[in-house]
Amino acid sequence: MHGKALPYLLLMPATLFLCIFFLYPFALVAFEAVSRDGAFTLDNFRTMAGSWKFPVTVRNTLLLAAIVVPIQLVMALLMASVVSRLETGRSAALYVFAIPLGISDLAAGMIWLAIFDQSGFLNTLLSSLGVVDRPVMFLGYQSKLTIFIAVALAEIWRATAIMMVILVAGMGLIPKEYYEAAEVFGASPWQRFRRITLPLLRPSLQTAIILRVILAFEVFAVVAALGGTNLPVLMGETYNWQFTLQDRNVAAASALLILAISIGFTLFFLRVLRVPKEARI
Amino acid sequence: MAEIAIKGVAKRFGGFTALHQVDLTISDQEFVVLLGASGCGKTTLLRIVAGLERSSQGEVWIGGRRVDHLPPRERGIAMVFQNYAVFPHLTVFENIAFGLRMKKLPQQEVERRVNRTAELMHIEQLLKRYSGQLSGGQRQRVAVARALAMEPDVILMDEPLSNLDALLRLEMRAELKGVLAASKTTTIYVTHDQVEAMSLADRIAVMHQGRIVQAASPVEVYRNPAARFVGSFIGNPPMNFIPAAKAANGSWTVAGLTLSGPKSDKPRIEFAIRPEDVDAGGEGLRATVHVIEPLGPHTLVTCDVEGGLFRAILDSNASVQVGDDLRLAPKPDRIRWFDPETTNAL
Repeated sequence: MHGKALPYLLLMPATLFLCIFFLYPFALVAFEAVSRDGAFTLDNFRTMAGSWKFPVTVRNTLLLAAIVVPIQLVMALLMASVVSRLETGRSAALYVFAIPLGISDLAAGMIWLAIFDQSGFLNTLLSSLGVVDRPVMFLGYQSKLTIFIAVALAEIWRATAIMMVILVAGMGLIPKEYYEAAEVFGASPWQRFRRITLPLLRPSLQTAIILRVILAFEVFAVVAALGGTNLPVLMGETYNWQFTLQDRNVAAASALLILAISIGFTLFFLRVLRVPKEARI
Repeated sequence: MAEIAIKGVAKRFGGFTALHQVDLTISDQEFVVLLGASGCGKTTLLRIVAGLERSSQGEVWIGGRRVDHLPPRERGIAMVFQNYAVFPHLTVFENIAFGLRMKKLPQQEVERRVNRTAELMHIEQLLKRYSGQLSGGQRQRVAVARALAMEPDVILMDEPLSNLDALLRLEMRAELKGVLAASKTTTIYVTHDQVEAMSLADRIAVMHQGRIVQAASPVEVYRNPAARFVGSFIGNPPMNFIPAAKAANGSWTVAGLTLSGPKSDKPRIEFAIRPEDVDAGGEGLRATVHVIEPLGPHTLVTCDVEGGLFRAILDSNASVQVGDDLRLAPKPDRIRWFDPETTNAL
């Protein structure tokens, strides 16, 4: 067999699979988004944007991402730095940090619901300490801020580890000699982190941030469990259009919007955290 | 002024002792080479002086100041690493400037020093490039320039030439010697390459199994090895050793030859001679020729003496054949004797 053709041939099954089960349905959804009863129209987008909930969902989603992702990034960097420095028990620490990764997002939402619920752990604790004399409605419809904080906490708890794992792997790729050189030439621990670790970690930072930002725009189950309809987000609205309001075309438009936002941010981070070819390790 | 004093420094990794109580004093502006095979502890010793490794016991003094508890950046040192450690995300200029920026020197001074050292190392035209666009030799130059730009009292070098090809190594060796002599720094240089050590050092400290076996000038180390190991490690081919039996007090029988040697109570000691210190013909050691290698300026003859391997460097005109029985006369003033138990010179 011709050697040059072999790699393409080997990639063929996966490519076909993607085309049939991803590209084709994607094309169908995209078509549904811009048509109604077979005719081309942008009405679906107008309907979606015209809903009174739309600005709120966009705002909530972006705000959640804007608050959760930076906090996670800082925490993941901190945890990765600590884990990378461990000489013994490194994998044990990694496993412990990674436990939330093994839990589905709905389950994570329910765990946090069990904490914040009217009869949950937090209320039990507060009343046993005598701080409150009757259970507080943390997640009631009047307390949007508490719901927001609870969702942010659950998201941070659930998905920081995925960033950390990527960053730990990235830190492992930075040769020790660079740190030693920096140390000899006068860099303090903080300067070593800022001037060696961060710049050399850029490829991993890029991957971690892009992955996490995309996940942040797709936030759904945690919000559903903790906030119900009190904290509408983009993904929840897409679900609503599809199943509650039974309008596939607007749901498709909404899904496309999420995709567009994700692609937009991905391109942004690809550009901003780009490493010039000559400056790679 | 930066004299370095290493006092009783030992290093243990778990149950393994990498360094046993090492003492070494290096005078200001002296160029000392730590020479030894891999695993002898030379790099560990250098890293302890640098502060990248902590000693298990002992003291390190630089310029009259005890530094073993200080981090590397407070020791007044600069270092050249084996793999250069030229930062890939910075340009050559910023690499050389790295230490100066950490010291928060004014931009004008940074530029002056970077340009001066870049010129010294002949890399002025590379200042805007990144490490990925440089050859190994150029990276080496950047690493040295970065160290020199600090205008340090002490430069530590960890096998800096070992990753270069042979020709480049020769060129860089001579250049380094000139540059470092002009910079008036005290230098500790680690290598396993004896030629490099001989050509660069004011003084060579030969290390073996975590100890300094001998610290002396290159010629002294070559001519008067303090221990059998030094003789067998330095020189290519190395020193020849032949067992010597006592003939009378101060007189020893070596491969059928009676030689006057040290007075000792021991019945057997070791006779040693460098390959170039024998002449063919006359009264000499009985040798059977095995292999003849004409090398141009001289001929390397491998023979059998007393059942052991013996190498002699003879004139290229010497007419020897494989299987010949030769007489190899050792030059009397070049003969050395070793105690086979302590392996020290007698």
